[in-house]
Amino acid sequence: MIGALILRDLRRGLAGAAWLPVAFFLLVATLVPFAVGPDAQLLARMGPGALWIAALTAALLPIERLIEPDRADGVLDQLALHGVADETTAVAKIAAHWLSFGPLLFIAAFPAAVLLGIDPAALKRLLLSIWIGTPGLAALAVAVAALTAGLPRAGSIAGLLLLPIAVPLLIFAAAFCGDGSNQALALEAAISILLLAGAPFVTAAAIRAART
Amino acid sequence: MTLLRFEDVSLHRGGRLLFEGVSFVLGAGERLQVTGQNGVGKSSLIRLAAGLLREASGRIERSPLALADDNVAVDRELTLKQALSFWDGSVGTAMEALGIACLAEVPVRLLSSGQLKRSTLARVAASDAKLWLLDEPLNALDGDGAERLSRIIDAHLTAGGAVLAASHQAIAGEWPKLELGA
Repeated sequence: MIGALILRDLRRGLAGAAWLPVAFFLLVATLVPFAVGPDAQLLARMGPGALWIAALTAALLPIERLIEPDRADGVLDQLALHGVADETTAVAKIAAHWLSFGPLLFIAAFPAAVLLGIDPAALKRLLLSIWIGTPGLAALAVAVAALTAGLPRAGSIAGLLLLPIAVPLLIFAAAFCGDGSNQALALEAAISILLLAGAPFVTAAAIRAART
Repeated sequence: MTLLRFEDVSLHRGGRLLFEGVSFVLGAGERLQVTGQNGVGKSSLIRLAAGLLREASGRIERSPLALADDNVAVDRELTLKQALSFWDGSVGTAMEALGIACLAEVPVRLLSSGQLKRSTLARVAASDAKLWLLDEPLNALDGDGAERLSRIIDAHLTAGGAVLAASHQAIAGEWPKLELGA
């Protein structure tokens, strides 16, 4: 069932507005040179950080579509009745969410790097940090989506909940992109793993609490 | 064989006692209709029986079950057959029984509320669960739908299943009643 659920969620994610976070990411990459000015050195230095801010906000965009439609439509209830643990549902949702934006963001980093004049060595670091950081970001987004499911204007509350917790990820990812310090990369990976390990339980608890 | 047993069960919703002291046993081949006014807790009792709510006190034993309530739980962008197949592989016979086999290739988002109700009932009929929980199964059904519903219920009971239905309307057949809030 978990494979079928991941495929279903991935299909829904891609059929929806999968290009939206990526378009948003590229939009920011396009706007930064206009806002900062054409100083190539400055752009190359702040480029990876700007792209990480874009990735973070892009991950927020689909948050209202992750859990709420399935909660309102009874899909989460039926999954539980078909013997799927809420934690398993959460893991499937995290995997599907990551698959629907992580790889696309990875690809979009190439044109974005060209737009910001990021050199190949820094691009390599950026790609590695995206590869390591986005699964944690996906886990966090699903957990926050479950916590805010059913609330009015859930999107804005989700932003307030998600961004502070995502800040450590941002700090260490940007630090690694900047100077290539392995410690920063290790800390980014540690936070990503922590989010991945904790999110299924938070998500499942939120799903259960929302059952009335 | 007991498929569902309530022992002195009570339920709180929103800090309010909804009902207490509810006891009954549902065995193979048995049916029970929960009745009562609006807001008395019929749907909550069904969700409690399904294990989606926690009882405040008492004990509930349940066997594997299938639930049909107002939440359709089918993906709107798929065709009806694809959407139902997500839950159970072999939905053909159940769709036939509820008269929606002709809608197999129609996207779910185009279906009327009566057709959606038949679809949720088909999802239950297609499952291999012995215990069926039906919340307001007659809502949005026309005469033909109600007749087909009573036919699949009879067939399910004959095959050793059990049905717990919550409805304020009369369902065709001989239904022992459990009156809530009486």
